[in-house]
Order: sequence, then structure tokens, then C-alpha cells
Amino acid sequence: MTTESEVQRERAVEKLDRVTIRFAGDSGDGMQLTGTQFTRTSAVFGNDIATLPDFPAEIRAPTGSLPGVSGFQLSFASTDILTPGDQPDALIAMNPAALKTNIGDLRPGGLVIVDEDEFTESNLKKAAYISNPLEDGTLSKWQVVRINITRQNELALDGLPLPAKQKFQSRNFYALGLVLWLYGRSMETTVKWATDRFRRNPDVLDANLRALRAGYHFGETTELFHHRFEVPAAEVQPGTYRHISGNEATALGCLAASIRSGLPLVYSSYPITPASDVLHELSKFKAFGVKTIQAEDEIAAMGMTVGIAYGGQLALTGTSGPGLALKSEALNLAVMTELPLVVINVQRAGPSTGMPTKTEQSDLLQALFGRNGDSPVAVVAPATPSDCFTMAIEAFRLALKYMVPVILLSDGYLGNGSEPWKVPVVDDLPVIEYHYAKPVDGSREFNPYERDPATLARPWAVPGQKGLMHRIGGIEKSGETGDIAYDAGNHHRMTLARLGKVERMVQDIPALEVQGPPEGDLLVLGWGSTYGAITSGCARARKSGKRVASAHLRYLNPLPANLGEVLRNYGKVLIPEMNTGQLSLIIRGKYLVDAVPFNKIAGQPFKIAEIEGKIDELLGLSGPYEFQFGPASVLGGG
Amino acid sequence: MTTATTGSPTGADEVIPVLTRKDFVSDQEVRWCPGCGDYAILAQMQKMLPELRIPHENIVFISGIGCSSRFPYYMETYGFHSIHGRALTLATGLKTARPELAVFVITGDGDGLSIGGNHLLHAMRRNIDITVVLFNNRIYGLTKGQYSPTSEMGKITKSSPYGTVEQPLHPLRVALAAGATFVARSIDRDTKHLEETLYRAATHRGTSFVEVYQNCVIFNDGAFDSFADKEVRQERMVYLEHGQPLRFGRGREHGIRMNGYVPEVVRNAADDGGLLVHNARDANPVLASILGEMEYPDFPVPIGVFRDVEAPTYNDLVEKQVADAMAREAANFEDLLHSGETWEIL
Repeated sequence: MTTESEVQRERAVEKLDRVTIRFAGDSGDGMQLTGTQFTRTSAVFGNDIATLPDFPAEIRAPTGSLPGVSGFQLSFASTDILTPGDQPDALIAMNPAALKTNIGDLRPGGLVIVDEDEFTESNLKKAAYISNPLEDGTLSKWQVVRINITRQNELALDGLPLPAKQKFQSRNFYALGLVLWLYGRSMETTVKWATDRFRRNPDVLDANLRALRAGYHFGETTELFHHRFEVPAAEVQPGTYRHISGNEATALGCLAASIRSGLPLVYSSYPITPASDVLHELSKFKAFGVKTIQAEDEIAAMGMTVGIAYGGQLALTGTSGPGLALKSEALNLAVMTELPLVVINVQRAGPSTGMPTKTEQSDLLQALFGRNGDSPVAVVAPATPSDCFTMAIEAFRLALKYMVPVILLSDGYLGNGSEPWKVPVVDDLPVIEYHYAKPVDGSREFNPYERDPATLARPWAVPGQKGLMHRIGGIEKSGETGDIAYDAGNHHRMTLARLGKVERMVQDIPALEVQGPPEGDLLVLGWGSTYGAITSGCARARKSGKRVASAHLRYLNPLPANLGEVLRNYGKVLIPEMNTGQLSLIIRGKYLVDAVPFNKIAGQPFKIAEIEGKIDELLGLSGPYEFQFGPASVLGGG
Repeated sequence: MTTATTGSPTGADEVIPVLTRKDFVSDQEVRWCPGCGDYAILAQMQKMLPELRIPHENIVFISGIGCSSRFPYYMETYGFHSIHGRALTLATGLKTARPELAVFVITGDGDGLSIGGNHLLHAMRRNIDITVVLFNNRIYGLTKGQYSPTSEMGKITKSSPYGTVEQPLHPLRVALAAGATFVARSIDRDTKHLEETLYRAATHRGTSFVEVYQNCVIFNDGAFDSFADKEVRQERMVYLEHGQPLRFGRGREHGIRMNGYVPEVVRNAADDGGLLVHNARDANPVLASILGEMEYPDFPVPIGVFRDVEAPTYNDLVEKQVADAMAREAANFEDLLHSGETWEIL
């Protein structure tokens, strides 16, 4: 392997705590790859990282068009960071459409690097530019660096036996090389990765590496940049780290539950954005005994999962909001037959088809109540991408112990977002217990609804067990015999028993933790993927002397035992959510607390500044907070 | 109860008790209407199961919703009375998780072909190793008498007082089109034929689909009398036997022949020459599908095994993939957690 020359020309270096970069280009330009490579490099360097990829809804929108723009934002810092950044400091725009859809998010004075060669008349037209923004002064707020990326890339690849179109596709490596240089990063991680990735295709490997080096050396040689930037390594806990996205973490967590319980995992799912990656991941784990079924529809996937649970194995399905709607009836069958299974819902913007590639957390009430009858299920929600691992294990632990279906509410932002993750030690992971029904002696009949007095769980008698043959189903059963029963008292008792199981989980879940003062003027309460923005926003507020705490719910049904007490320790309670106030409704109803909803339904995560702005409003330090929604952009928008 | 040693479907040489029909009768009171065709199907199933020599507890009956779907309650096996149309999905999940179990699905024309039609197609396409028995009474009984997807055009029911304006579905043709590897038809009142057909279905590897003409005494009484009544049965039904010419009539004097793609009745066919010889093992399901279209009064109604071919089952393929992956890759969770790029923070 080549050792990359680190000889640098003297250039001023500006030290920064945190930098947010956005790569944007046509969906065929490889922006996700570019972003991922830069992320890996920075992680290996020791920065803390948060990323947010964003893909166009169209698989292949017309080249150069506005809907075809794909973006990847990452923030890297020398401090602990929890969000991919409010506003990019730098934008790399590979064509006019990418510039147009993203420039509005860039902070004033920020750096824009454009591929000047792509600003042709036809591309400008596709991006609905009347005049060339590089010429007409519309970009005067920012520092614009125009580079002939396409041409320089062509020159670097001169003589390689590849068609012109394929050479064009190496442009992203050129851009990556340039940005690596700009932030003082080595090419080594990318060279290593590419050498492995393209080992069967030496010409493509050669092209990509030539492009990468050309971009890097161009940065070094050119006078276009006055200085470089440096973001020192962050202080993080010692250990082995890797990158993980929420969907990967969910899949690994479910596998961990299988390994730590000894039960084989079977996943049945129907492809749906943004949950399909869970299916892709789990389908690779055959060597761990994992079986995956791509069902014919959402309903079938849920029905199969009930069948798997009935068969005594780890039963899992995954979907997104519209799919959860289709699953409700069969999920209710699992509630009625009291079978342990987990439903992953990687939420997206709704209602109906909504915005499949955009994030939202508007399925909370659907998860809690979206079934006929009184139908309690447990609901858990990871707070960060890597927390999906922990909460997937938790979901199975609770399902098996209480014989209750559990819904895991992830969302598109968590599922696709990634962060560094300290790889856990397998032996430190919780052991997941389960118990099949014990054989009954000949003196009496087996009763499939004879409950454990502590958990109210019914026995899990699985086909193949001798002497425990029984019949269950969606019809109400007698709590005494398991036979069909329509009598009033029995239905009353069975309904309360089903509810009681979920309520008793309270004894088994951790208390809600508060970050900040235990008492104060304001508590900001959240759940799910808003964790980063809320926690950072509150930390900043405290830095400026405000008595603000934050708390994040990872268990939504049941809610932690100490929640009521926590709520009453603060003058005001603010609940930011990416919906119209679903958790607020629950908290207000259940605890009679005048919680203030703060709702953003833009298909985009909260920004730290938005949380800070609302905090100031509630503390009487500013007027009513209003969102600043920008023009149509890929990632930001506010 | 005596015992016998036999090769069990679990592959273990265990001692399997010799069971009798009675062992499969549950303690539940049967609540179908007196005279319902379901009784006959239940009885033949209970009679047939001991012949399979499958450990009692390895048998599971799964149903959806409808009169027929009460079936599992009356069977002394594991049983799951699920929700409308979805029995096949539970069966698919269960069989995939636990391939050693013998899984039966009991469904009806509404449950299996209307609300659950999609799952029927996909179970058969995958060739899940289960036995599906569809009770076809051409009416909705449990909801008290609306037309079903197999009701004949123009049928007057509670929900079609002016007659239906919908073409009925032919269950067997649907099964054949979806690639089912075992497709058969039987009828509640021919108990011997029914038991034999259920046995063949249960012993077939892959999805077995059996349509049973079943009389609903309350809402569609006599639906099959025109051809299945004892007096006329021999004249108006043709029993399919693999390798045998299609013959029917009191003295088997008539036959069926093909004129191109069109079947024809040959009255008083002196010899078998030119008569259609039934080939249930034909890889191509087209001829079976043509037979599935034959209806009284134009034709005698065929009954028996239309198709019985061998093909890899979904469950065998899934098990093989997992076993191969386990043998090939030394799966280590610790390594998997560390896969991709890792870095050390000191």
C-alpha cells in the first residue's frame, strides 16, 4: 500500500471545536459514499461524529434535476456531540441543482465548493436557475470556491481504459480528496477501504485512487484556499469503536437477544422505507441461525410473526407507519393470545404514504392505541442510533418475561443516522430469560391462561411439548380453562389482566433520569430521536445560567414509575415532538400537568437552536418562538 | 394404547404411540348446525390422522374465521383459531420456525379465497410444507348467508336479493395457477374418498391444497346435490385416478377426450383409445386446470387428485440455506459486532 505523502505547503490552520459539512450532488454522484468515507476517516481520527444521510424519494430522478439531489451531512467535533449540526459550515455542491436545494441552509460566511464544469446552460435550466448563480452575485453571502472538478478528474484519469461515463463517476473521490485535505485528514482510511472494495476491479480502483489523490493534491497546490481547518480529537471513553446506524443497531440488538436467550430469531417483514435495511441486515445472519421471510404483504408479515411466537422462537417483524396500520389486526391477535413478539416501527412522515424518506415521530398514538378493543402493548423507543441496539434487547426481554407484544419505535432519522459506537462485550450483555410451560401432572388439565402471580404472564406452551396440547385464538378465553368464554365477569377480568401485565413491567424498567438540576424552572421532556437536539439545547441553556433540565423517555408504555414526581419538580414542562403533540396528550392526560407541546412536523429533526429558542420563550426571555423554515432543501430546511 | 416404532417426521427413531380416532377428539362440544357437512370432514380427519404416525403433540391445526374455522377446537392437537383470512400466514411463520411440525390449515371459501386470497397464492407459490383444506360451501355461513367468491353467478342471497353479478372463482384453478404441487378435490358425503384424499394431502411434501365440497344445510342446502346426490353421482362426477382414462357412468361407459384444448364427453366410449388419461404428475398444470374448469351440467364434475408433483419445499430450502451458512461461516457474534471499520480510543 502506498504511504500518502503528508508534505504540506505552509498554510494557516484554523482550529475549530466542531465542523458541519454537507455533501450534495445528483443521486448518481455518489454523495452517500463520499460522506460515509469522510465520516469513517474522522471517526478513526478520534472526532465525535453525528451524520444524517438524505436520499431523494425517487430512485433515479432525472440527472441534474432538483428532485434528484442526494445529500449527506456530518458533524465532527472535539467535544461530545449529539446531532448532525443545525447549519452546515461547508457545502460541497456537485451541480447547480445541489447548490440550489442546499445553499439556503449554509451558515452566512460558510464555504461553498462547486464543480464549475457542471454549471452548464442545460444543468442551470434543470435546476430552474434563470442566470448562473456563480456569476450573478446571489452567492455573495458565502465564500465560493469554484473548481473544475469534472475536467481535473478527467485529466487525472487520462489513459485509463474506462469509458468516459465511468470516469465521470470518480468525481466524488476527487471531491473527497479535496475535502480530506481541507480538514487535515489522511487519505489512508479511504485508500484502505477502496482497495478492498474494488479489489476485483483494478481499473475502477485505479481511477478512484487517482481521483482521490488528484483532489487532495489540488488542495495542497492551489491558492484557492487561504487556510485549512483542524478539529482536534474528542475526549471519549477508551475502547474499541465502530460506526453504526440505527437500523444496523436494531438488527444487531435483535440478534443479541437471540444469542443471549438461546432462542432462534425469525424475522418476517415486507419491504418498506425506511425499515428495509433491518431486513437486509438480518438476512445476512443465516450463519447465526437467523431465518428471514420476505412476506407477501404487511399483514402476512405480522401473521407469520404470530405463528413464529406460537412456535416458541424469537418472533420479530418490522415496518413503518403505513405498515403498522395494516398489522394492527394480527398484532391484536398476539395481544389476545398473549404471545411474545417484537414489532419494529421505523417511523416516517405521515399520514398515508406521507413522505417516506423523511422522519417523524407521529406513530406514538398508533402504537399505543391503534387496535380495536382495549389492547395494551408495551412500547419502547431508542434515543440515538446506537441505543437501538440496547432497546431491541430490552424489547425482547420484556416481551418474553411478560408474554406481551412490544413495539419498538425507531424513526427514519435514527434508522439512517449513524454515530460512533463503543462495541459492547458480549458477556456483558443482559441474559434474556424465557420459560416454556412446565408439564402438568396427570391429575389436572393444562390451562393455557394460568398466570404467573408476579408478572401475570401466561405459560408459553409450544407445539411439540407433550401433554400441553391446547387451543387458543382471538376469541375471549376463560381465565380458568382456556376455553371460549363470553361471560361478563371473565371478559372484565381478562381485559384487566392483559392491561395488568404491561402495568407490572414498571417494576422492571429503569427510573427516568434527569440531566441538569433536579428541580428548576423548566423540564424539557422528550422521547425518541429528538434526544440529541433536546439534550444539547438544554445544556446550552444551562451554560447561560438557566435552570433547565432535560429528561428522555425510552419506555413509553409503561412510563417510568418516577415520571410523575419528576414532572412536578419543575415550574414548567416543555415537550418537543415531531408530531402534533402525541406524548403531550398522554402526559397531560395521565399526570394532569400543564405541559407545553412544541411541535415540528417538517419531516426534519429538531435543531438545537429551535429548542433553545422555545426554552427562552417559556422562560419569558423572548417573544413567541417561530420556526424559520427555509426553501426546499435536502437536509436542513429550518 | 399400544406403541409402535416408526420413522417419525422429526427424523428421530422414537417410539410413537399408536393412536386411534378417539385420541384426536377434544373435550369441546361440537357446535356446527346439525347436518352440516363439516361433521363429515372432522370425522375423516380424526380417522386419518392416526395413520400418519406423527407424534400427537407435533400436529397443529390453524384456522381463520368462519364456520369451518372452528375446526381446531374439536381436534385434540395443538390448535390456533386465528383471524379472518390469515391462517396461512400463521402457518407459514410456524412451519418456517418449526419445520418438524405437521401443520394443517383449515379455511373456507370466504376465509381462503376472499379476505385471505393473497396468502393462499403465496403459500402455494412458496410451496410451504403444509396441508390446506378449504371447505367450499359457496356461501357465507357464519355471517348468516351472504354470497361468497365461489357462489354461482346470479345467486340470490341476503346480500344479493336481485342475484349476484360476479363471476365465481374456481379454487383449484387458482391453486394450479399459483403453482401448488398437490391439488385435490373431494366432497363431504363421500367419506372414503375424503379420507383417502386427506391422507394423500397430508403425506405430500409441499403445499397440499384440498377443496372439499361441503354442504351448508342452513344457507345453501343442496348446493352440490345436482351432481353429488347418491342417485346421480356416478353419472355426473368423474373420479380422477393417475394413469387411468377419465371414465364415468354407472358402468363407466362414458369418457372424456380432448379436442385440442377443449374437453369433450364421449358417450358410450367402447374402448379407452382416444380418452384422456389422467396424469397428476404432469409438470405442466394446464391440463389439470382444464379439468378444474369442467362443471355440471356440461361435464361430469371431476373429483380426486388433480396434481401431485414433487418440488423443493420452502422449508427444506430455508433449512438448507441456514445449515450451509452455519457450516461454511464460523459465526462469531463478537466478530460480527466488530465488523466494518473499528478504531481504538486509548
